[in-house]
Amino acid sequence: MSYKIIVLAKQVPDTRNVGKDAMKADGTVNRAALPAIFNPEDLNALEQALRLKDLYPGTTVTLLTMGPGRAAEIIREGLYRGADGGYLLTDRAFAGADTLATSYALSMAIRKIKEYDLILCGRQAIDGDTAQVGPQVAEKLGLSQVTYAEEIRGINKERITVKRRLERGIEIVEAALPAVVTVNGSAAPCRPRHAKQVQKYKHAKTVTEKQDADTDYTQLFHNRPYLDLQEWSVADVGADVVQCGLSGSPTKVKKIENVVFQAKENKALKPTDEAIDELMRELIHNHTI
Amino acid sequence: MANYYLDTPGLKHHLHHPLMKRIVELKERNYADKETYDYAPVDFEDAMDSYEKVLEIVGEICDEIIAPNAEEVDHEGPTVSDGRVTYAAGTQVNLDVVRKAGLMGITMPRRYDGLNFPVVPYIMIADMVSRADAGFENLWGLQDCAETLYEFGNEDQRKKYIPRVCAGETMSMDLTEPDAGSDLQSVMLKATFSETDNCWYLNGVKRFITNGDADIHLVLARSEEGTRDGRGLSMFIYDKRNGGVTVRRIENKMGIKGSPTCELVYRNAKAELCGERKLGLIKYVMGLMNNARLGIMAQSVGLSEAAYREGFAYAMERKQFGKAIIEFPAVYEMVSLMRAKADASRSMLYETARFVDMYKAWDDVSKERKLEPEERQEMKKYSKLADAFTPMGKGMTSEYANQNAYDAIQIHGGSGFMKDYTCERLYRDARITNIYEGTTQLQVVAAIRHVITGTYLAQIREYEAIGYKPELEELKNRLMEMTAKYEEVVAHVTEYKDNEYLDFHARRLVEAAAHCIFGYLLLQDANRDEAFSRSARVYTAYGRAEVDKIHSYITTFDRKDLGFFKIV
Repeated sequence: MSYKIIVLAKQVPDTRNVGKDAMKADGTVNRAALPAIFNPEDLNALEQALRLKDLYPGTTVTLLTMGPGRAAEIIREGLYRGADGGYLLTDRAFAGADTLATSYALSMAIRKIKEYDLILCGRQAIDGDTAQVGPQVAEKLGLSQVTYAEEIRGINKERITVKRRLERGIEIVEAALPAVVTVNGSAAPCRPRHAKQVQKYKHAKTVTEKQDADTDYTQLFHNRPYLDLQEWSVADVGADVVQCGLSGSPTKVKKIENVVFQAKENKALKPTDEAIDELMRELIHNHTI
Repeated sequence: MANYYLDTPGLKHHLHHPLMKRIVELKERNYADKETYDYAPVDFEDAMDSYEKVLEIVGEICDEIIAPNAEEVDHEGPTVSDGRVTYAAGTQVNLDVVRKAGLMGITMPRRYDGLNFPVVPYIMIADMVSRADAGFENLWGLQDCAETLYEFGNEDQRKKYIPRVCAGETMSMDLTEPDAGSDLQSVMLKATFSETDNCWYLNGVKRFITNGDADIHLVLARSEEGTRDGRGLSMFIYDKRNGGVTVRRIENKMGIKGSPTCELVYRNAKAELCGERKLGLIKYVMGLMNNARLGIMAQSVGLSEAAYREGFAYAMERKQFGKAIIEFPAVYEMVSLMRAKADASRSMLYETARFVDMYKAWDDVSKERKLEPEERQEMKKYSKLADAFTPMGKGMTSEYANQNAYDAIQIHGGSGFMKDYTCERLYRDARITNIYEGTTQLQVVAAIRHVITGTYLAQIREYEAIGYKPELEELKNRLMEMTAKYEEVVAHVTEYKDNEYLDFHARRLVEAAAHCIFGYLLLQDANRDEAFSRSARVYTAYGRAEVDKIHSYITTFDRKDLGFFKIV
């Protein structure tokens, strides 16, 4: 038995290593100052997909990502680890999308891919932390969904068994296929890039990247069709422009506040009731409690 | 996140040495594999880019997995039960990840599923892995044995075993026995040929075998009954799948504790002869040892680097008398000398690796076609240089690894003596590097003939002839003075034609040559990249004083006093 798996992945700024110039003066993220990485929980999802591929020969793993041209790197990163191919959704009209517009665009692309048994993605992305896109994609496609997945325990053509990691324990659930499963960071870490796959796929490029590249490996692309990475625009996936990007995003940012973490000096208190009362008053006054 | 490849600019610097173009062209036979293998490079730039990308994978794995596991692996160590070894949990994780990253069989040809990388990038991986966990390098680095299997095994054996190594099976080289350590001629493990079964059987005991429970073993055994010396020894391949070898015990070591050191019992273990009979020690083990020595050099460099980093970080962070201790001359001198020794060791490592690459590439070509006279000449030249640089480099860099580990603790003061800091593990791990694969004293025995025959001096002359930037002229003059003193002491010692007297001073002579060579290598580094000029200057200041000391010792030494050194 083999399966067709789609992994939704996002390129995100590495918010784990935030320096002092991580935010611009206007309160938006300074993407140039932060390295772009594969969203960590999407890597956990990819690993679950690759494990199924190891178990069931003939299984294919296809990445789907939406982003600017450089997000093609996400597809390459997937190929380096054992994925079979991928699509980059890229179009100016996709820009500025909130979770609703994003899940709409992704669901349209998935409809275009057409054949699939399972859609995997990370629980949430580290730049937005909403955890909404996976469930919304499931809703739009009318599929069953399993969130907080830690391990895929079993699969057959009809059903998937998943272990979920919840706040107070674990839960084993079954879902009908096709299904959307969002994977938790506590799941197995993703395997490393494979030395041979890296050498095989490092020249893989989208049409746009090929136009911008300074080295000429034209002959290589001619002989090795797997090096062509697919780019899809709004029109390619048959999406309605109004529902994409900024115009398709009801979420509006009302206000952005800069919060600066500061380690303040310790304050020594006398071990008396008065000192403790004083501290209580201070904490209530500054809304800490 | 740090990356061991990207945070050590010296690696990229050495990878991009001008000689690499020749090495890669030879190794890739003008990029012929590109037609057959989808991961083969199409040209030189493509090959170099592939090396870098793979080195980045390793750099990431070292930082994120191997280094964080090192402490627990050191504490837990491997265990043995029912004759089989179980690695520490962290070691198993490490092995799993290097297998999944396809980092086994790095130098093996693609037709056996290898990556066909030259020795230089392979050794770079060893350098980084050692910095993360020197003990783990032993397990990973034993893939060297595949090199020996490739060079001396027959085609059936290559096809049978090398793809298994590339897929992640581990190896061991079973040489040492209770009564055969440095003196391998006394190996007694018995190999008998059974006419009925048409195969060899091994019986006996091996001791101190690193990763002795490996999947595939290369074994040195006595195949010629009645013989007592090296000419009665042959090399065998033992496949664990056939059974017959059990692990009796594992040693409780001072350092590199994650790497199991085993005592093995062979009971009618079925084995295959590798190569020709009687050449086991004289030819094959010598090849095996040279590969292994380069590996230990890499291990030493990794440890020197790790020790420097621990020492430097602590000296920056520790405040005494109102300032960071690195601001005190006594401390910053130690730190800068550690840096210089690590840089010098690394330059020596990659110079040697390039020599090995050049002769091995030609040697491999010679299996396909007859070499032209000038090609043969070039192979001989590099083979000789590799032969000269390997023992010198192994001896010197392993001593420097120990010195750096010692100084790292010294910088930590009392805290360094506690088990809380990494430097204590580095100190214990480094201690084996100047002992195994031949002690420093034995490296001197191998190196001294290149002092006598002038291999080192000739190479120093080549380094002298390179054009250097004007600002480095003064440094070059110092190195020329050092070289003149080296020549003087060599002349002084050899004049008497007294072998015992020569042996007595041998280490000093080899070290004097090494200081000149290390100095010149750093001078070339500084010539290509300004960032090395500090280490070039610091090392030369140190090396010059060392050469002066050696010069003074030898020229003022009274031969009659030699007797006083003989305690018995």
